[in-house]
Amino acid sequence: MLKHLSSALAAAVALSASAAYAEDVVVKWLHQQGSEEVRAYWDQLAADYSARTDGVTIEVQHIESQSFKAKLTTLLQSNDAPHFFYSWGGGVMQAQVDSGTLRDVTAEMNDGWADTFGEAAVGAFTYKDKIWGAPYLANLVGFWYNKKMFADAGVVAEDIKTWDDLLVAVEKLKATGVVPIGLGGMQKWPTHFYYTHLMLRIGGQQGFVDAVNEVGDGFAGDVYVRAGEEFARLVALDPFQPGFVAADQNNMYGALGDSEHAMQLMGSWLYGRQKSKSKSGVGLTDDELGWFPFPMVEGGAGTPEETLGGINGWLFHKSAPPEAVDFLKYFLSNEVQEDMAKRGWIIPVARGADKAIADPFQSVHSARIANSPYHQIFYDQMLGPDVGLVVNDMASELAVGNVTPVAAAEAIQDAWLDR
Amino acid sequence: MATPNKQISANASGKGIVGKPVNGLNREGWITAAFFLPPALVLFTLFVVLPMGEAGYYSLFKWNGFGTPEDYRGLYNYERLISRDIFKTALWNNLLVIIISIGVQLPLACGLAIILADKIPGGNIFRLLFFLPYVLAEIVAGLIWRFVYDGDTGFIAKFTEWFDLPAFYILAEQDYAMYAILVVIVWKYFGFHMMLFIAGLQAIDRDLYRAARVDGASAFQVLRFVTLPLLKSTMKLSIFFAVLGSLQLFDIIMPMTLGGPSDSTQTMVTYLYNHGFIRAKLGFGSAIGTVLFVICVVFAIVYQKGFFRDVD
Repeated sequence: MLKHLSSALAAAVALSASAAYAEDVVVKWLHQQGSEEVRAYWDQLAADYSARTDGVTIEVQHIESQSFKAKLTTLLQSNDAPHFFYSWGGGVMQAQVDSGTLRDVTAEMNDGWADTFGEAAVGAFTYKDKIWGAPYLANLVGFWYNKKMFADAGVVAEDIKTWDDLLVAVEKLKATGVVPIGLGGMQKWPTHFYYTHLMLRIGGQQGFVDAVNEVGDGFAGDVYVRAGEEFARLVALDPFQPGFVAADQNNMYGALGDSEHAMQLMGSWLYGRQKSKSKSGVGLTDDELGWFPFPMVEGGAGTPEETLGGINGWLFHKSAPPEAVDFLKYFLSNEVQEDMAKRGWIIPVARGADKAIADPFQSVHSARIANSPYHQIFYDQMLGPDVGLVVNDMASELAVGNVTPVAAAEAIQDAWLDR
Repeated sequence: MATPNKQISANASGKGIVGKPVNGLNREGWITAAFFLPPALVLFTLFVVLPMGEAGYYSLFKWNGFGTPEDYRGLYNYERLISRDIFKTALWNNLLVIIISIGVQLPLACGLAIILADKIPGGNIFRLLFFLPYVLAEIVAGLIWRFVYDGDTGFIAKFTEWFDLPAFYILAEQDYAMYAILVVIVWKYFGFHMMLFIAGLQAIDRDLYRAARVDGASAFQVLRFVTLPLLKSTMKLSIFFAVLGSLQLFDIIMPMTLGGPSDSTQTMVTYLYNHGFIRAKLGFGSAIGTVLFVICVVFAIVYQKGFFRDVD
């Protein structure tokens, strides 16, 4: 009797288990979104998708950005790995691919999905001839400025075409008693925008490709030494606010909104943050705020149209079920992306979704990225943390005059060869 | 080793009381140990001994944290470590913390304890006030002091304003930032050390003071010949905590400077985190960890053998 009962029970358990397996799929989604507003929106997307597809649950997990980067390597190798997760591409993604922890989505992309994005965007997630992720947003770096301060100093932003023009503008601004440039030096990456954007203008795409392929002196070559020299010329003018070395970038966003300095070299995301992080919560209005691209360096091999920025997206863990790809197709569909662009959250890379961008700056940025002959991914992402953070270190050391341009370039090359 | 040997020889000469050893184990002792030791031993092995060994092993490889380390480099990571100026800065900063702890914090804590251990009006309030910084989380303390040191709006800013001096951003000065952090460390921990000394003072037999007074000792002589000698073991404990605290120093520094400017405020642990962990150079990080471990072990053994022995 007991024997029969137990075997019946076992059968029942087995039945229910297989039934559960066939119907219920849990897709684990890991992101590092800081904004509560956006998080709530994403949670709703996940809930909507679950409601539409019988039995697919999207489990959303959020980790703060800094710990996200620190924990990801361990997480991806654990049994609790997320099925898809946020990525800045570049060297970190390449290490993940090389370790065999990712699922390639080349087949899905070639099946029409890739056509819904810009080519460069898909290219950012292509490595070793395979596509490993789906692009989501783009941004670029340029000078944000306070129109009133520029006018007071007699500086016309549209006329700043060359690096020398910028240096003249800095001197004019300084003469009026304002801080020409705000810089959050503590985190170091804001400083590396100057150094690396100069590299891009001086070396162009080829300069980067050559250095990575160790042609000639690589990162210790002329392009990189000159970038340091040009940066040093700016530093010599003492253009940054006092104490910039210890300034927190989180405070610098608001400082532009509070008119504490005239300009800041920063990514597209500054637009919203100069408002939300300002003391008043209002910041500069669209009429008071201006933007111009990083100027050309005379004699540089790059073009003024080349852009420096990020293309961020989503990568798939090797354990990702097809439903993870399916959900992301929904997430990256024009319908959803246009809605997010309209809210001013992102510059989408989904083809056509950029038309929905409401604010004037982001639509300019979107067009520049679309027309850019080469969109250089941030050096500290592209080169991976081991080399990229040395670039940041050297930018910071140049900003206080601790190293010579030659020594800085050599330190980067040394890190590259030692990677 | 000395004590069990003594006991064996005592037993052999028939003078020891069998079944009541001084420091060894009898049969029941072994049974008790067999029951109570394994959980602790297993946990200790799993979470302390094994990771230490692993770190030592990883330090011989170049490894980014994915899969298993394969790129064997021998002592390469150690060579790179020793050739870096940052390593020397970090080591020096750790030493600086110890020097300040012993030279400034210990006398301060001891002096305040001697004042506050006596029943003086408002003594309890002062004890509480001095102890409060210790209760605060390190991260919070770091963030608060970041504001205090801020050259635009902080306490220092008010100071420079009053005296019409140019704004001073101490955390941005690579030559001074570490001293600013040392001030925070003393502020944060002197209350804890003061409490140690108060406890030490309360353990001193009051009769000794009465006897000293009967002998006609002055207040200074009481302090010099009764109080301070009897606080010796507390001082050793205080120094022990100061050294350990220095070797672990991390969470005050991160919110204040992230180890900057120009790596001037790195300690061994922030160096390990910023240049090993964050840069995905786990072999290099493990090498730092191993060096730190060796320093800890050497210190612990030397200190135990040399300083704590005569106290027991």
